[in-house]
Amino acid sequence: MDPTRSFQGLLLTLQRFWAERGCVVLQPYDMEVGAGTSHPGTMLRSLGPKPWKAAYVQPSRRPKDGRYGENPNRLQHYYQFQVILKPNPPNLQELYLDSLKAIGIDVLLHDIRFVEDDWENPTLGAWGLGWECWCDGMEVSQFTYFQQVAGIECAPVSGELTYGLERLACYLQNVESIMELNFNGLEGDEKVTYRDVFLQAEQEYSRYNFEHADTAALFTRFAEAETECRALLAKGESGERHLMVQPAYDQCLKAGHSFNLLDARGVISVTERQSYILRVRELAKACGAAWLKTAGGGAN
Amino acid sequence: MPDLLLELFSEEIPARMQRKAADDLRKLVTDALVERGLVYEGAKAFATPRRLALHIAGLPVRGSAIREERKGPRVGAPDAAVQGFLKAAGLASLDQATIVSDPKKGDSYIAVIEKPGQETVAAIAEIVPAVIRSFPWPKSMRWGQASAAGASLRWVRPLHSILCTFGAETEEPEVVSFEVDGIVSGNTTHGHRFHAPGAITVRRFDDYVASLEQAKVVLDADRRKEIILADARTLAFAQGLELVEDEGLLEEVAGLVEWPVVLMGAFEERFLEIPGETIRATIRANQKCFVLRDPATGNLANRFLLTSNLMASDGGAAIVAGNERVVRARLSDAAYFFATDKGNLPDLDTLKDSAAKLGLDLAKPLDQRMAKLDRLGVVFHAKLGTQGERVQRIAALARELAPIVGADPDLAERAAKLAKADLPTEMVGEFPELQGLMGRKYAELQGEHPSVCAAIEEHYKPLGPSDRVPTDPVSVAVALADKLDTLVGFWAIDEKPTGSKDPYALRRAALGVIRLVVENGVKLRLTAPVARQFGRVTSAGRFAELSDVAANAVPLRDFIGGELAEAFDQHLASQYSPDAARNIIKQTRTAVLAAYRDLRSFLHDRLKVMLRDQGARHDLVDAVLGEGTPASEDLLLITRRVAALGRFLETEDGKSLLAGYKRAANILRAEEKKDGEGAFAGAADLGLIAQAGLIEEKGLAVALAQATPKAESAVAAEDYEGAMAALADLRPAVDAFFDKVTVNDPDPALRANRLRLLNQLRAATRAVADFGRIAG
Repeated sequence: MDPTRSFQGLLLTLQRFWAERGCVVLQPYDMEVGAGTSHPGTMLRSLGPKPWKAAYVQPSRRPKDGRYGENPNRLQHYYQFQVILKPNPPNLQELYLDSLKAIGIDVLLHDIRFVEDDWENPTLGAWGLGWECWCDGMEVSQFTYFQQVAGIECAPVSGELTYGLERLACYLQNVESIMELNFNGLEGDEKVTYRDVFLQAEQEYSRYNFEHADTAALFTRFAEAETECRALLAKGESGERHLMVQPAYDQCLKAGHSFNLLDARGVISVTERQSYILRVRELAKACGAAWLKTAGGGAN
Repeated sequence: MPDLLLELFSEEIPARMQRKAADDLRKLVTDALVERGLVYEGAKAFATPRRLALHIAGLPVRGSAIREERKGPRVGAPDAAVQGFLKAAGLASLDQATIVSDPKKGDSYIAVIEKPGQETVAAIAEIVPAVIRSFPWPKSMRWGQASAAGASLRWVRPLHSILCTFGAETEEPEVVSFEVDGIVSGNTTHGHRFHAPGAITVRRFDDYVASLEQAKVVLDADRRKEIILADARTLAFAQGLELVEDEGLLEEVAGLVEWPVVLMGAFEERFLEIPGETIRATIRANQKCFVLRDPATGNLANRFLLTSNLMASDGGAAIVAGNERVVRARLSDAAYFFATDKGNLPDLDTLKDSAAKLGLDLAKPLDQRMAKLDRLGVVFHAKLGTQGERVQRIAALARELAPIVGADPDLAERAAKLAKADLPTEMVGEFPELQGLMGRKYAELQGEHPSVCAAIEEHYKPLGPSDRVPTDPVSVAVALADKLDTLVGFWAIDEKPTGSKDPYALRRAALGVIRLVVENGVKLRLTAPVARQFGRVTSAGRFAELSDVAANAVPLRDFIGGELAEAFDQHLASQYSPDAARNIIKQTRTAVLAAYRDLRSFLHDRLKVMLRDQGARHDLVDAVLGEGTPASEDLLLITRRVAALGRFLETEDGKSLLAGYKRAANILRAEEKKDGEGAFAGAADLGLIAQAGLIEEKGLAVALAQATPKAESAVAAEDYEGAMAALADLRPAVDAFFDKVTVNDPDPALRANRLRLLNQLRAATRAVADFGRIAG
């Protein structure tokens, strides 16, 4: 599978590359999330002392970014390739550059740069320092050393790499629009494009996100998820240990997605927006704190 | 004399932090050396994206010896004291101590401790790790396995190696050995990430710079800037174009490359329909590229210059092609935004209420955007209402200020109503730094008056002490209204700047008000407009009652008038008893009066800072604003008065009068202590002077009787030169008085009368300034 000829070839090459470097290759999390960081494989596993290496593709939903499939570079659903290494190895930059070579980018032909970009995810209470990685002036990845997740200091620090797959593929395949990407690497009648797979979905979901999502139901869902998250966190308390973090965290993700949809529907004012972000962050923080009381979080 | 070479090699340092980091490194290391008595001939620091380097030339091999004396107990003191002394001074026995004699205290021991100078290498090995551990990065991080423990090393990005050598030119320099969190100092570094990744062994600064250069690293940021600028100009010239120079961008770009290679790219001509500023902003902000213009027309050309970090094997063709793709995508976005912003919004029906409220014409695109901003209810600040409410307040104030600054009130109001209309445009959403400018463009496209267009852009100005101050009266009116509304708003809700915290940039707003007024010569008494703005801020939907704090307690409702006033009355009547309503009014008045006074003194403080920065004497500003001087509601008059006072005090009359004033004030202070504050108030008894006084006493009384009203009427007419001249007339009489008259005469009546004369003199000067606050 040539990473420069097909979307899936790119994806498989990255998976193989990181699998060979000791990463657990996970599958996408089975819930709506805005970014690969929200996957428990990053969000929860980056907390606590236990070493962890994982790589996975995560479909990411950003309801507000929908453009009914008409913008060549913007989608409400796209793929991120996520790598998380805890602690970050000293040669993480070199590993990253090797991965670019693996997908067909010659570093003596292309201008690769690390440009300051301090990453922050307010709903997850997470921040880190790092860069946008540029290839010939195009941002192809995010490179972050997590400093805090769920409001908790990372000890040790994880290195997170996020590849924007569609954009990278456009570059490798030399096409101007995501919809033109060759998905399966075949030609003629056999060729399947990104358009074939996703255009209809982009149109349908844009209608839903902007016009038809039931806002009253979403407000209710937000509140219910928030309540259940807190209830599960309370019920899971067992002395020094916690027994139900991950189901609680799922509810935090549900609340986050309801909020994103409400935001896309334009029914949340600027001031309310901040308070919703804070409410989700409080859930994320509580989940993070509970995670540290589990085996995965390093509790004895 | 030996040299020090230090290099801290890390992952990519943010461009904006490099220069200051190099300066900090130099300062911290050299300060620590000097503190240990190690002086040097010269020091220079450097930064690239991956390294900070420091070269210190001409250091001694060791510091000078330090001789220290330690006092001990008296001779014959108890053994415990003697033993303690020996231990502290590091002596084996009292034989090693010296005995000193003191005629009063008797003989005592003293230890002379001679410390040989510290070896410079040892000093560096202590200094550098300490500097690294406490380096003042604006933001720093932890990383790797070490970050599992509590207090691991922090650096801006992971720190990989430290090079540190010390030695003279003629000898093999030694590695200064130390360790910082597992990083052991050495004598190797690395070159360009892709061209020369291998290790390079370094001896001293000269071969370091040369080896790096060979390894495709230009160490000096200023040299990288020169290379970029020269290559950019050459490439532009070759195409018959001119580089649009941009110092900020140049500085940033030089911090993104170790080996600059400038390349030219192009984009489709059709994109030139987008306003040039937008093209420049897009290409600059997102791609860090320079734009070019046609020298014949001054218009932007469809070319750009990028600075890569690579001597690519294909001569840069792939890099150019890649950058062009991104620029094309960005410009397509910008073109789409521009087209969208020029068009009608959907659902215009939903904007009717907002348009009616704000007096907007929904046939025009920019008016639609303002209506949308209002309709969306975008909050400006939780306690200060929405952007729509704010615009209404600013428009009302701009209209009031217009006649004062010589602007057409209709134009000022119109400009204020469109001033924030570009905030919901696509273009400003994408490039917030284009706010104002895009509003102007869109206003021009819909045929607004040129002054309105200019004011939309300029009402944000001045953005700082060096930014241009607008001069078009419409711009001045809207800029003042915008800033005064901000200040009044945050004062009304008591969110004032504290210490270094000024999240709403209120100091900048205050300085803006001052510069707008002073530099345009605007005579504006702040009281009435500011009071009315307090009214607008606190009344919007909140029905608080205010008064004009300066005039005679005119209720707020007279200012706001109309519907709000009626609503206010109804609200009070429905909610409160007449007594309670009166009480609310009273409390609000008190609160607003306090807030107003506080805001006024904040403006005065900013004015003081500004005048001081311009070289005016601090004490003169204090004197003019001092207690008992005419209330200073007019910022322009304050600056004029300070200037006139400064000139007056440079004359002989001025100096002499000041001396006379000080003498009078000192005598009065001493005598008032005995007789009580205010004991000498009131006019001197002229009859008593005629009967028993001296001729000089009479002279001063007459001079005061003439000069005081003259000075007061000159001040009232804002003629400060005239006021100063009137005071100058007092000088001979004051000099003669102090020459001949004994103030504290044994006759109590004469004494009191003379002190009253001095009190009159003090009062006369107060018409102009508080002379007591003038230094010297």
